[in-house]
Amino acid sequence: MSLLKYESQLREPLVDGNKDYHQVTEDIIRPIEMKPSRLWYIGFYISVALLLFGVYSVYREVTYGIGQWNVNKTIGWGWDITNFVWWVGIGHAGTLISAILLLFRQGWRTGVNRAAEAMTIFAVMCAGQFPIWHMGRVWMAFFVLPYPNSRGPLWVNFNSPLLWDVFAISTYFTVSLLFWYSGLLPDLATVRDRAKTKFRKMFYGVASFGWTGSTKHWQRHESLSLVLAGLSTPLVLSVHTIVSFDFATSIVPGWHTTIFPPYFVAGAIFSGFAMVQTLMIVVRKVLNLQDYITIGHIEAMNKVIVLTGSIVGCAYLTELFIAWYGQNPYEWYAFKENRANLFSPYGWSYWLMMFCNVVSPQLFWSRKLRRNITVTFFMSIIVNIGMWFERFVIIVTSVYRDYLPSSWSTYYSPSIWEIGFYLGTFGLFFTCFFLFAKYFPVIAVAEIKAILKTSGENYKVKMTDIEKADAEKFYQEEVGHAH
Amino acid sequence: MAGGIKKFVVGSFDDEKVLFPAVKNVRKAGYKIHDVYTPFPVHGLDHAMGIRETSLHTAGFIYAITGTTTALTFMSWVFTKDWPLNIGGKPNFALPAWIPITFELTVLFSAVGMVLTFCYLCNLAPFVKKHHFHPRATDDLFVMAIECTDKTNDAEVQAFLQSAGAQEINVQVAETGWWIGRYHKEQKLYKEEKGY
Repeated sequence: MSLLKYESQLREPLVDGNKDYHQVTEDIIRPIEMKPSRLWYIGFYISVALLLFGVYSVYREVTYGIGQWNVNKTIGWGWDITNFVWWVGIGHAGTLISAILLLFRQGWRTGVNRAAEAMTIFAVMCAGQFPIWHMGRVWMAFFVLPYPNSRGPLWVNFNSPLLWDVFAISTYFTVSLLFWYSGLLPDLATVRDRAKTKFRKMFYGVASFGWTGSTKHWQRHESLSLVLAGLSTPLVLSVHTIVSFDFATSIVPGWHTTIFPPYFVAGAIFSGFAMVQTLMIVVRKVLNLQDYITIGHIEAMNKVIVLTGSIVGCAYLTELFIAWYGQNPYEWYAFKENRANLFSPYGWSYWLMMFCNVVSPQLFWSRKLRRNITVTFFMSIIVNIGMWFERFVIIVTSVYRDYLPSSWSTYYSPSIWEIGFYLGTFGLFFTCFFLFAKYFPVIAVAEIKAILKTSGENYKVKMTDIEKADAEKFYQEEVGHAH
Repeated sequence: MAGGIKKFVVGSFDDEKVLFPAVKNVRKAGYKIHDVYTPFPVHGLDHAMGIRETSLHTAGFIYAITGTTTALTFMSWVFTKDWPLNIGGKPNFALPAWIPITFELTVLFSAVGMVLTFCYLCNLAPFVKKHHFHPRATDDLFVMAIECTDKTNDAEVQAFLQSAGAQEINVQVAETGWWIGRYHKEQKLYKEEKGY
């Protein structure tokens, strides 16, 4: 065993079963080389159908205008921006897992980072649709870019949070994509070198960029991953911070609060991890990867969920308290009457949010429930429903009764095309995810191999003997040569 | 882009614990290790092989400050010189409001620049093909290629690798660079009759 680090016996193994390097390759690559199951086809076609419905909904909206949606004078954002913020939030877990947990040296990230990063990319793609199509005259969308134009040139407003969002989301998407793909290269090369069919040889040959596994290349690859992780860490925090600026820099009661950036970031991680759980619990079962995505992994993510859920809960209460303590009548009205009053038109959504995001995750203080797959699966869905309602509460309840009572609109409900657009992004997301799960290794093969001999179950057993041996000798034999 | 045709003695190891002393001994014996191909990053192998640290992160830093200055100078020029706009009576040079975009561009330039540099340095691109000494180098074997010169006795090197614990040992004549090619087509760059 060549060990780059010593890991205690007390830690749960990250890879179960008696594995060697070849077995890891076999287990993870095999689903790519097999014909997809009937379940895969059913799921894929449902996703494509949803996507097509979404395309038609967007077609209606573009052809006939924003009037196809039920947004109105005060509720200008409605479902559209609710969905945008929701998807961006979901898109936070992947980079968090691969970047922040890399910097924190959390070995368990290797089991889930690849799929979580893919999820991030697809979620950001879905998120991007909403502000773009909300523009109405979407053929003018390129106006958000600061390019030399014949209108002066009249530049974009660099002081506007909406423009910051353009930069934040597009940077986040690009960097996540690069991070994900550079990590994929070695694994695609593994698939290429095992390929038996002509198509696979060609496809993975092109996709793996001619990766050989040279030591020098690995050294650069490690350096690249580390720096990209270092860059992505503040980036992931900045993205939802900037999304929250869309609200926080306005003077709308309920939006104009300085707590928004940390509160949004915590909420994003919260919902992102919930989505990772939803997907991973299905993926590990369908692709038979229980040895790599273990109960330990699920528990670790549930710990993040209970932590971030509690941060979010704390933020809700702080907000409520400050609304009262701040003594601004408009702010207090927004919180007291528009939200906290259960019998107000949208009061139910506030309490649903409170229940889903604050009360229900508290179950995860119990170790038994954290390690229960059924409970985790349902919780992950409840959390994402809750997080969707959080954005709905923020966006709708803050504005439906504004300063001018004559324009109060208490009857906002989405039109079928608004719902269709949302369902369409589910279609986009799952179509992409099904294709990803079929054609790409859903677990970072090389990264699993790198931790196998410190954290694999069969190697951990041998560690006991090493631990008993003389510490000095252990260091020289096992660690010394590496440095 | 041909790097040249060379002759190699190739040995595969199945355990990194055997690989490390082997690398050390091969270097001590004075043989030139062309490269070691591993299925995952083996920590410390680069040091053992005497490869110098990469400067990729320095490049990343340079790209980052390029991004920072690009964003700041561009926004300053637009809002103070090219087209000053009165936005709520606020100063034209609104530095705090430009921090988000400056930050995003810093990250964007650095990430994109580093990935491109990485691909450039490692000769990675779609349709690039290279010689692979062993197909299992991306699966479970650690493949060491020792470069032969005119004076090298390959039998001796093979015996040496055998004693160092290599599992499969063979001699390969290979192109060291990269070329445009596809992995689903068997193609020989240089015809056999040309000789090496």
